[in-house]
Amino acid sequence: MSDPNQGEKDDVRGYVAGYALALALTCAAFAVVRWPSFNRITTLAIVFTLGFAQAIVHFRYFLHITLAKSARDDLWLILFSVLIIVLMVSGSLVILMNLRARMM
Amino acid sequence: MSAAEAKHAGINLGDSDRETHEKAGSEIFGFWIFLMSDAVIFALLFATYGVMLRGTAGGPSAADEYRILPAFIETLILLTSSFTFGMASVAMKHGRGLRTVLAWMVITLALGLGFLAMELRDFSTMIADGALPSRNGNLSSFFALVPLHGLHVAAGCLWLAVMLVQVPCFGLDKRVKINLLRLGLFWHFLDIVWIAIFSVVYLQGLIR
Amino acid sequence: MNGAISPTILGRLEWLSLPFVRAWQNPTPDELIGAGAATIVVVGMAGTIALITALGKWRYLWRDWFTSVDHKKIGIMYVVLAFVMMSRAVVEGVLMRMQQATAINAPGIVEPDHFAQLFSTHGSIMIFFMAMPFLTGMINYVMPLQIGSRDVAFPLLNSISLWLTGGAAGLMMVSLVIGQFSTGGWSGYPPYTELEFSPDVGPDYWIWAVTLGSIGSTLSGLNFAVTIYKMRCAGMTMMRMPLFCWTTLCTSILMIFAMPPLTVATAMLALDRYLGFHFFTNDLGGNMMNYANLFWLFGHPEVYILILPAFGVYSEVVSTFSSKELYGYRSMVIATMSIAVMSFTVWLHHFFTMGQSASINAAFGIATMAIGVPTGVKIYDWIWTMFMGQVRFTVPMLYSLAFMMTFVLGGLTGIILAFPPLDYLVHNTLFLVAHFHNMLIPGLLYGMLAGYHYWFPKAFGFRLNEKWGQLAFGCWVVGFYLAFMPLYVLGAAGMARRTAEIFEPAFRPWLYVAGIGALILLAALVALFVQLWVSIREREANRVDAGDPWDGRGLEWSIAGPPPEYNFAVLPTVSGGDPFYTSKRNGDAYLPPERYENIEVPKNSVVGPLLGVFSAATGFALVWHMWWLAILGMLAIIITVIARSFIRDTHRIVSATEVERVDLAWRDKLFASRSISREMETTSANQGFAEVAA
Repeated sequence: MSDPNQGEKDDVRGYVAGYALALALTCAAFAVVRWPSFNRITTLAIVFTLGFAQAIVHFRYFLHITLAKSARDDLWLILFSVLIIVLMVSGSLVILMNLRARMM
Repeated sequence: MSAAEAKHAGINLGDSDRETHEKAGSEIFGFWIFLMSDAVIFALLFATYGVMLRGTAGGPSAADEYRILPAFIETLILLTSSFTFGMASVAMKHGRGLRTVLAWMVITLALGLGFLAMELRDFSTMIADGALPSRNGNLSSFFALVPLHGLHVAAGCLWLAVMLVQVPCFGLDKRVKINLLRLGLFWHFLDIVWIAIFSVVYLQGLIR
Repeated sequence: MNGAISPTILGRLEWLSLPFVRAWQNPTPDELIGAGAATIVVVGMAGTIALITALGKWRYLWRDWFTSVDHKKIGIMYVVLAFVMMSRAVVEGVLMRMQQATAINAPGIVEPDHFAQLFSTHGSIMIFFMAMPFLTGMINYVMPLQIGSRDVAFPLLNSISLWLTGGAAGLMMVSLVIGQFSTGGWSGYPPYTELEFSPDVGPDYWIWAVTLGSIGSTLSGLNFAVTIYKMRCAGMTMMRMPLFCWTTLCTSILMIFAMPPLTVATAMLALDRYLGFHFFTNDLGGNMMNYANLFWLFGHPEVYILILPAFGVYSEVVSTFSSKELYGYRSMVIATMSIAVMSFTVWLHHFFTMGQSASINAAFGIATMAIGVPTGVKIYDWIWTMFMGQVRFTVPMLYSLAFMMTFVLGGLTGIILAFPPLDYLVHNTLFLVAHFHNMLIPGLLYGMLAGYHYWFPKAFGFRLNEKWGQLAFGCWVVGFYLAFMPLYVLGAAGMARRTAEIFEPAFRPWLYVAGIGALILLAALVALFVQLWVSIREREANRVDAGDPWDGRGLEWSIAGPPPEYNFAVLPTVSGGDPFYTSKRNGDAYLPPERYENIEVPKNSVVGPLLGVFSAATGFALVWHMWWLAILGMLAIIITVIARSFIRDTHRIVSATEVERVDLAWRDKLFASRSISREMETTSANQGFAEVAA
């Protein structure tokens, strides 16, 4: 590290960038709902996509999960957790929605 | 291994504090695992919320009570608190002195408490309108999911308060630093859970 | 005598909550059995306390055990807890078999309500307070030694896990003396366990005991996973770890991700019962099927949490007692990993009959059959390991062999149950009971007992008695077959599980055989305790304190038995699999270190015992609606945690000279020992120093 302050500036810049991106995505998500201009399903899809993007922004800029080697353990852990969560949540929804449909 | 090499994701202490940096590897990884385990709890509450969306038993649904403005303001408060906590971490990493670190922490705590106050007001309005968790399954699932996040934020605030005592008490020693790193992860993680809450719960409910 | 004694202080506690009072008022055999069990608990507790006081051992126990954060001591305490709880649950199992054998067109010995408590506690204890502590203790003791570490990653957290589990087990025992336990089975299905149908304290005891235990297990899993990821000694790459460490890793991952669904399910049930929520109620939008879904999201991975560590033990045992490298190590690792992931994709087979569409059932049925494949791979690997090896039939090896044959039988009946149409015919019958006992007795109990015999000399420095071990083994195997094979027949004939009274005389002979089997299982338990007693008495003749009684392969055998608290005087460096076995053959085992250094070890802490007591008190208070105590308990927990974070003086130093003194003393003993060949390893000639064939 040649300039000790350089690291700090980079770190601050990272947080500011993350904050700005997250703000933009949040506002966009609320705006599509506040001023509806698409049908229900499309709006929902947009909201979920924006939410997913924002989660990635948070992981990248606030939690510093990157593709760098040092973050690899954590990245694998998170990806594995996502796999398990997707299995559990989608499984629960499919099973119980199916039951509801068959009972109604 | 050179100390500058990053040990874990997130703010690394490699440049500024060699010894703590070496120790932090397993402590931080352990905390990540805890967070992922906690994420499963939230995920299942989301699944339950989805399953019980129609379980209103003729009564009011949680979605009838959602209002977009408070939800939006709460979101902004929590997002900003994530940013201010990030500033506290940066200040700690680069040895900006206790005062700067403490100032950012106090701001974060104030935002956290503000969020909780707004959320409590939302809940009390709902209850005053007769939308009680004991009214139907749909409301039960709402009142398990969203207040659990609130409880986590409250725990985070308590943790912050304890750290506000420990930072002046011990200075930025090894344990304080590691604890602040972990609290940072916790705080940012709660913000991510909140993204899911405002998308899946509030905005989905508000789409007409 | 009716009504709450003092609602503000004692909540809903009544005089009639005490089984002694009930038995006094209404001395039926059923109430007398209840009061007798309560008496055993009270007298047992009082006797233990009196004995410790008389021996003046309180200080010793507190200082050297209860507050210890040493992974080895914590491991031993877990196993002791497992044995205590196993004793109770085996007796309950025997009582159930006796009831069914006597209750053919007759009321039998216990009332239906009492019978329901018996099967609920038997199941809950065997899973949460016998199996989980046993395997957690085994992992705690062995895994850090095998990867060449001085402790687990978070020693204090380890102690907290132990005491949470201990507190939960305490709640189970208290339920015998104050109030009664749930009658809703180990799975606690609502709506039966909802307030409407079970207004008493039983389900609450179940909820809080299970919740505390599951939090303890989650934390253990986290601890083990970080230990394996971050604390391996130099050169110990993942693919050089003993297989037991791999199964530990997979079990830990399952604990981390599969215990939360249980916590969610029990917490929701608690919200329903305490605050009038409607998650699983019949009315007002409740969805009881979601409970089955959440419970088995935990329940199925749990099966593999239980079985994988035993697979690890068998891999170690079979390889050691065949003096051969484990066959197909890589395939074993892959199989273990696949089982861990696939275990999250089959949970629906526990409720095929709930009413979802046939295509969903089919998908989960196929997944269930697929999970048998990696297990089959493992069985072949063990067989090939023995092939052409120098096989010795020691007690751990006998358990391994019995496991392989018995477990395959259980697996075959599992395939039957995995067909949804066949499952419709036998679900909720004794066929299922026979099946899961057929999986868990060989797949958990035999494995843990094999591990207990195998590593006992490491932990205590002397071998267990071989004769009594063989006798216990014989009883466990014969007892198992007699007790559970008839249940397949009965189940196929349509006898429902959890039946207190039977109205089909044709079932009589089978129930008699099963009853005899249960008594033999009880004898097996007794034989285990006799073995321990005999072994302690003749310990001087069976000392193996040089540390390597079986010509072991992993690092755990390269140090003294019992090891010093810091395990390794100097942290080892390894350059391949089976490191100790190889270095014995290369002649570079037991090389004295160049120099000794100071070792930092964690100090004892009262935090673990305190949190255990506070959380058990909170649980008890919630069961009985003693709100003041519940609030006090929760505050005490929070304050303890915060107070601990202010303590900075958490470590102490073992000086290099002390390390050197202990290490040299062990080396003197080691080189004074006579090395023995494998034929003599079960004789008193074995001092723990293995002869290496040139």
